[in-house]
Amino acid sequence: MLPNQTELKISARLAKNVRRHFVERVIEFILMLAAMSAVATTLAIVAILLYESLSFFEHVSIIDFLTDTQWTPLFEDAHYGILPLVSGTLTTSAIALLVAIPIGTIGAIYLSEFASHKTREIVKPILELLVGVPTVVFGYFALLFVTPLLQKFIPGLPGFNMLGPGIVMGIMIVPYISSVAEDAMRAVPMSMREGSYAMGATRFQTAIRVVTPAAISGIIAAYILGISRAVGETMVVALAAGQQPNLTFNPMESASTITAYIVQVAMGDLPHGSIGYQSIFAAGLVLMLMTLIFNILGHLTRKKFRETY
Amino acid sequence: MSNQASVLDNLEEVRAMIRRHKFNDYVFSIIGLIALMIGLLTLLTLFVDLVMDGYPRFTFEFLSEYPSRRAAHAGLLSAWIGSLLVMIVTFLSAVPMGVAAGLYLEEYAPKNWFSDLIEINVTNLAGVPSIVYGLLALGLFVYILDLGQSILTAGLTLGLLILPVVIVATREAVRGIPVAIREAAYAVGATKWQVVLHHVLHYSFGGILTGVIIGMARALGETAPLITIGALTFIAFLPPSPITDTPPFLNFEWLSSGFTVMPIQMFNWLSRPDHAFHMNAAATGALIIVVTLLMNGTAIWLRYRIRKNIKW
Repeated sequence: MLPNQTELKISARLAKNVRRHFVERVIEFILMLAAMSAVATTLAIVAILLYESLSFFEHVSIIDFLTDTQWTPLFEDAHYGILPLVSGTLTTSAIALLVAIPIGTIGAIYLSEFASHKTREIVKPILELLVGVPTVVFGYFALLFVTPLLQKFIPGLPGFNMLGPGIVMGIMIVPYISSVAEDAMRAVPMSMREGSYAMGATRFQTAIRVVTPAAISGIIAAYILGISRAVGETMVVALAAGQQPNLTFNPMESASTITAYIVQVAMGDLPHGSIGYQSIFAAGLVLMLMTLIFNILGHLTRKKFRETY
Repeated sequence: MSNQASVLDNLEEVRAMIRRHKFNDYVFSIIGLIALMIGLLTLLTLFVDLVMDGYPRFTFEFLSEYPSRRAAHAGLLSAWIGSLLVMIVTFLSAVPMGVAAGLYLEEYAPKNWFSDLIEINVTNLAGVPSIVYGLLALGLFVYILDLGQSILTAGLTLGLLILPVVIVATREAVRGIPVAIREAAYAVGATKWQVVLHHVLHYSFGGILTGVIIGMARALGETAPLITIGALTFIAFLPPSPITDTPPFLNFEWLSSGFTVMPIQMFNWLSRPDHAFHMNAAATGALIIVVTLLMNGTAIWLRYRIRKNIKW
């Protein structure tokens, strides 16, 4: 009688264990599905862009797409050359980098090598707040504040130009560049700085001749990530650069970028399946490839610098 | 005699050099501070500019009127309600999914190629331009799944967009919890899920909340992906109310309703040549900035407090 009861108890516990084990497995599976959503999203992005682009390239030869110097998919006389959009994207990004690289690098050196703990505690949150400002607000700033200001110094600057939005985009990506570059510099071992100080070098000399070269791949990675941000930025250029595709590298002219073109088409009401509708996916594919290349380059250089120490 | 003089001369030279280099140090620290101040200064100029341009529109009517063809009578009613409803969908889709994914990657994932693949994807998604999410949503949600240009589509799009933010925040918060906590729970017989739910999730709550707030602030300000899915810019009606006075008291028709959000309304007013509308845009911009800065500020403050208060 007694052993029988114990056996019953044991088997009840075993059954409970089996149930517990099963529930654990189900939960793990559900969590894994959630994690898989990242893979699924990437796959879906690639699939959608490729699918719509393929139907686009059934109508437009890929050679025209890459060599034609006009982009007028919505006109009667349609041309499908991506070059004017790429030139606009590259010009605005180049201006942004000309602004962001010096400011971001100096800021990073200051934060990592000069600033006291207290200064860093104050400045870093402010930079983070700057990252949080919505881009459409920066678009307002570029269109109605920076461009009119520039017009006072540069007579004849049109109301839509690439200079103003480029500068504003540059200020927008300063926090990205300075925070990634600062991380790279703080990863440089203290002993290298101490060695430099022991030889009688000042802070500035140590920062420029010891820390910066040691962290250079991380700093370059920061620049590359900055480029990929600038290339993908939409609202600032859509608002302030004008929306005329224009094959030029002159920052005083108005132009369109890949992102601005997508916004422009989406604002109108294009029927699903039309060539104009497909063209935004082809443009999106080019954009995706450009940012992907920069992102991969950035991660590779960053990885390389991590392995150094 | 001459030897001593040259030593003295040398000493003077060395001292001059040291002074010069110390001066360089000083100059650079000022340049560095100025470089960082440019960010703060821009933020201030931006805000002051918006407030100065938009202050005549800081009225109660601005929040309670529909958009209109006459700038002075146009308001934000449909836009802020649209933003609120879209945010609800974004929150409900991104947070459970992102927290679950983060927990899986930190607590469950075995070290193999499959986990690496997921990791690479999360990092990569964080770098995808937001407008590409708009294209994904246009192709997938609007046409293939036939959800239309609705609040549901917009919420899911922004949910996907902030998913990497939530995942990364969850992972960082979870990583900070000492193994000892988990071991103690295991020692009294807890299963893995009990450890995760009762201890890991409990202690990482503040960190996750920080990430969620930053993600939601970003979603609130996003414009490009929503324009891409074809959000309308002129909406003079409200979606059906989510809460009704008859049972079952909840109504899901609002999910499939057309919508506009504050950044899109601002973009629309801004793209008009008429300066009267620019005033509305400025007032909207000031409102968006205040809300997003408050959200981000709360998140930063929260993180600071967590870092200061928790000593393992």
